[in-house]
Amino acid sequence: MGSMTALRPLDPVALRRDFPLFERDFGGRTLAYLDSAATSLKPRAVIEAVDGYNARYTANVHRGIYTTGEEATAAYEGAREKVARFLNAAESAEIVFVRNATEAINLVAATWGQVNVRAGDRIVLTELEHHANLIPWQLLAQRTGAVLEFIPIDDEGRLDQAAYAALLATAPRLVAFTAVSNALGTIDPVREMTAAAHAAGALVLVDAAQAVPHAFVDVQAWGADFVVFSGHKVLGPTGSGALWARRALLEAMPPFMGGGEMIREVRLRSATWNDVPWKFEAGTPDVAAAIGLGAAVDYLAAIGMENVREHERGLTRYALELLPREVPGIRLFGPRSADERAGIVTFTLPEAHPHDVATLLDRDAIAIRAGHHCTQPLHERLGEPATARASFNVYSTTEDLDRLAAGLRSVQRVFARSA
Amino acid sequence: MDDLYRDEILEHYRRPHNFGTLESPDASVEGSNPLCGDRITLMLAVGEDGRVEDVAFTGRGCAISQASASMLTDEIRGRSLAEVEELTNQVVLDLLGIEISPARLKCALLSIDTVKKAAAQVRGAGDAAGA
Repeated sequence: MGSMTALRPLDPVALRRDFPLFERDFGGRTLAYLDSAATSLKPRAVIEAVDGYNARYTANVHRGIYTTGEEATAAYEGAREKVARFLNAAESAEIVFVRNATEAINLVAATWGQVNVRAGDRIVLTELEHHANLIPWQLLAQRTGAVLEFIPIDDEGRLDQAAYAALLATAPRLVAFTAVSNALGTIDPVREMTAAAHAAGALVLVDAAQAVPHAFVDVQAWGADFVVFSGHKVLGPTGSGALWARRALLEAMPPFMGGGEMIREVRLRSATWNDVPWKFEAGTPDVAAAIGLGAAVDYLAAIGMENVREHERGLTRYALELLPREVPGIRLFGPRSADERAGIVTFTLPEAHPHDVATLLDRDAIAIRAGHHCTQPLHERLGEPATARASFNVYSTTEDLDRLAAGLRSVQRVFARSA
Repeated sequence: MDDLYRDEILEHYRRPHNFGTLESPDASVEGSNPLCGDRITLMLAVGEDGRVEDVAFTGRGCAISQASASMLTDEIRGRSLAEVEELTNQVVLDLLGIEISPARLKCALLSIDTVKKAAAQVRGAGDAAGA
C-alpha cells in the first residue's frame, strides 16, 4: 500500500483468462470491451465469492446464532476490513456499505447536509461533475435555500484553480468534486484542493467513482472528509459500494434510512442508534455484493494499483497517439497528456453522431459508450450534445484500441458512401 | 453493416427534407431524448381545412433521429391533424425500413413523439379559441 516496490508491468492478456466474459464468442471474436468507466467486467474470484455466499453459507448478518450466520457475518465484516485497507482508512468503522457512489452522496446530502447546511450557505461543485454529484446538492439547495457555485474548466477540461480560490474566499460550507472526470478522464489535484478547502473552513466530499478503479486512493493522504465509490466499477458486483468518512463526522450525523440493524434500542415512540457504520446500514444489506467487493479489492491489491495506473497510462498514451493518426478528423476531448488523465478517451467524429458510431462499432464486437455520460452541463460547456467514450481497465489491451481505430475508419467509410 | 445504414437514411441525414423554421407556425414544439442529447424543434402550420400545410424542423442528433424526422415530415404534409395524431410508431419504423435495436428505439421515435405533441398543441389552441 503506497509501497515503493518496483513497478511490474501488468500482463492484460494473462489477466483476461480470469474474466469469463472473454470466453464468450461474439461472431468469431472476443468482445473489445471499452466501456469500463460505465461498469467493469468481473473476474472469476469475484463471481466465486458471490456464489460461495449464495451456495454454501447463506444467512443474514449480525443475527444468526449458528454456523452459517457467523460465517456470513465474518465474511461481510471481513469485506469491510478489506475495503478499509484498500483505501488506507484508519479503521473499518469508517466504511459504510452502500449500493453505489450515488447512494453515498445522497446519504451525505440527506444527513450531514440536512443538519449543517442553512439558507444562503454555499456549496462549491465543478463543471465536470457527474449528475450523481450534482442532483443531490440541487435537491439539498431546494430544501435548505443553500446556493450552488461551480468551478469552471479550461478548454482541456482542467479545473480553473484561480476561480476555485475566488470561490473559497466566499467561505463555502462544502466543496464536492470528482477526483477523476468520468467524461474526460481529467485527474483533479485532490490533495491540494482539499487542503485549500479546509483552510477556508469548508468540508470536502470527493467522488472517487472513477479514481478507485484506476489509481491507488489513500483517503488519509487525501485528507478529505467524505470519499465515495461504486464497487461495480472496481471489478466488484453491482449493488456494492462504499462511503468513507471520518469517524467523528459519522458519529455526529443523523441516520439516513430507518429500520432494522441501524438501531440500538427501540420503544414504540423513540429509538437509539447503533454504532457507526451500522447506524447507516438499515435493513438487510446486499451481503453477497459486499463480499464480492472484498474479493475484487483483494484481486486488485494483488496486481498492485501502481501497476494498474501504469498500464492505463500506457493505453491512454497509445490511444491519444493512435486515434488522430489513424482516424482523420477525429476530435479528442480532455487533457492532451496521458499523465493528466485516467484510462478514459472521449472523442467525436466529424461525419457521424456518437450513437451511430456506437451502433456500427457494435457490429464489430466493440463496446463503447455514446451519449452525455451523465454529464449534461459539461457537454453544454463542450458544445457537443453527445460524445463517444472508450475506457479501460486491467484487461484492456492495445489490440482493443487497434480494433477501435479500424472500426472508426469503417464507420467513416459508411458515412462517406454516396456523399 | 450496410443494411443498418442504407443509403436512403444517410441521404436524409446529410440533406434532411423540411429542415428549417416557419415564419408563423401554429405550433412549435421541442422534443429531446434525454439519454443521448438528441433534440429537435418541430413547427407546424395548419390550413383552414385542418390539414398540415407546412412543416419544418431543426435539430441535432444521430442519423436515425434526423432521418426519421426528415421522412416523417414529408409523410404528414397534407394530412389532417386527426390523422397525424393517430399515426402509429410502426409508420416511422416502416419509413426507416431498417432494424432498430431497443437501445436506439428512442432515437427513431423522437420525431413522431414531437409531431404528435405539435398536432395536439394546435388542436388544444383551436379548442380553447372556440370555447
